[in-house]
Amino acid sequence: MKRISSDDVRHVARLAELEFSDGEILKITPQLDKILEHVARVSAVDTDGIQPTSHAVDIKNVFRDDTVEDSISQEEALKNAPEEENDGFSVPRID
Amino acid sequence: MLESKEISCRDIARSIFSRIEDIDEGINAYIRVEKESALEAAGKIDGKISAGEEIEDFTGIPVGIKDNICTKAITTTCASKILENYIPVYDATVIEKLKKRDYVLIGKLNMDEFAMGSSNENSFFGPVSNPWDTGRVPGGSSGGPAASVAAGEAICSLGSDTGGSIRQPAALCGVVGFKPTYGMVSRYGLIAFASSLDQIGPFSRDMEDCASLLNIICGHDRHDSTSIKANVPDYRSFLKDDIKGMKIGVPAELMVEGMDPEVKSAVDSALKMAEDMGAEVEEISIPNLEYALNVYYIIAPSEASSNLSRFDGVRYGFRDRTAKALRSMYKKTRAQGFGDEVKRRIMIGTYCLSAGYYDAYYEKALKVRTLIIKDFKRAFSKYDVLISPTSPTTAFKAGEKIDDPLTMYLSDICTIPANLAGLPAVSIPAGLSKANLPIGLQIMGNVLREDNVIRAAYSLEKAIGYKGVPNI
Repeated sequence: MKRISSDDVRHVARLAELEFSDGEILKITPQLDKILEHVARVSAVDTDGIQPTSHAVDIKNVFRDDTVEDSISQEEALKNAPEEENDGFSVPRID
Repeated sequence: MLESKEISCRDIARSIFSRIEDIDEGINAYIRVEKESALEAAGKIDGKISAGEEIEDFTGIPVGIKDNICTKAITTTCASKILENYIPVYDATVIEKLKKRDYVLIGKLNMDEFAMGSSNENSFFGPVSNPWDTGRVPGGSSGGPAASVAAGEAICSLGSDTGGSIRQPAALCGVVGFKPTYGMVSRYGLIAFASSLDQIGPFSRDMEDCASLLNIICGHDRHDSTSIKANVPDYRSFLKDDIKGMKIGVPAELMVEGMDPEVKSAVDSALKMAEDMGAEVEEISIPNLEYALNVYYIIAPSEASSNLSRFDGVRYGFRDRTAKALRSMYKKTRAQGFGDEVKRRIMIGTYCLSAGYYDAYYEKALKVRTLIIKDFKRAFSKYDVLISPTSPTTAFKAGEKIDDPLTMYLSDICTIPANLAGLPAVSIPAGLSKANLPIGLQIMGNVLREDNVIRAAYSLEKAIGYKGVPNI
């Protein structure tokens, strides 16, 4: 049974904000299918009552005092922007 | 030597740059070199030394840095088109720590794009070649950091390891590569791939330099909420040539089917040496390791798909200029900015996290990860270290696996478990194959038990007596 069809690949690409040509879809679909089939082997493991891992070394609740510290300036934050306007990031119109 | 003024810091740096000029066209270990600033920095250190100032361990040593570690005002690309012109406005914590020691930055090292790959063939700036045979891959994703140290283009380097990206290339290039306990080195300023697995670590020619570098880069950092508040020991104090009484486990699951017989015999011979030195060696079983690769290729792509959503052409990096509207700008930017392997992993991760599949893939993988961690805890209640090959094969030919992603993923089968369980692990050279290719030996320890790993690695390094230098 196929785990993923070319239509599924198009759907996932939309979720991931990616774009593939029809030729790329043809190539990537069987590759993804093979990888998913391989990783799906985890379904054979009995995990009843097992907690999912969040941190390999099990630390939790990391707090610090809520104090203002140095941070990067607006000018620095905009330094790598592909386009800027009026001290902000500029983007094409929202569709 | 520096302190006794036998050699100047500038001379060391100069010799490294002349080596790079001679050979790097054929290796492609560096994405960029920083010759001018390095020689200037080296000159300043020479000034301090002649003024009689005391210098610390590792002052003035030429270091190469993997190009996914942010260096202030120096382009950091992650070997991706999408970050081709990205200039960080801050230093990663490890860079700040090295700067305090007056390190000399040689340049930024090549890698698989976003650290995704096992052959360093996925770089926007071209593949890296193995200094032992330029028709073969150096391993990945830290191909540049490993090849540069092996070829004498850096004294040591820093890489990152998510599923073996330090240890596997170290094995294939015949150098030492160490992945510390998850959380011992700050990830602040490391461009994230899979946050719950990523860890920065050193490459060097021997365990002594490795321990010196660990002394510099380890330690808690409040800029990284996953970093551990543990005491930082003097890692050099663990450089002891003595493993008498040490208990060594050899997980049967990592002596994998299809392993190169020469790799197996090098590992067996190292284990024999360990026994001769008075260690107890036993074959053991860690049953759930059978699923480590499957778990990894769900968790790592899932985290990557989320981490890499920030690359959208808005705040930094490449932007497609033809799109007239926002979403099509996102799509075109990402479609052109990312390479094939990165897109494949974003797709796998997005699928595994999507509605209807989350429980069966991502959540399930996190639970099996818990079982793997439990298995390791059980093993380490009995054994001090676990030993295996680092890679089931020596360096493979360029182009051999690039069209078959799943076969490529199998290259990491021995290294992935340490990332899933957050364990410290090192690869040391175990000898050369008949074809004159390096073989790596992996030593894993329990969480925060770098002491055992370093002691075993140092003792075996002495016993193996590897002195391999590629003929390039």
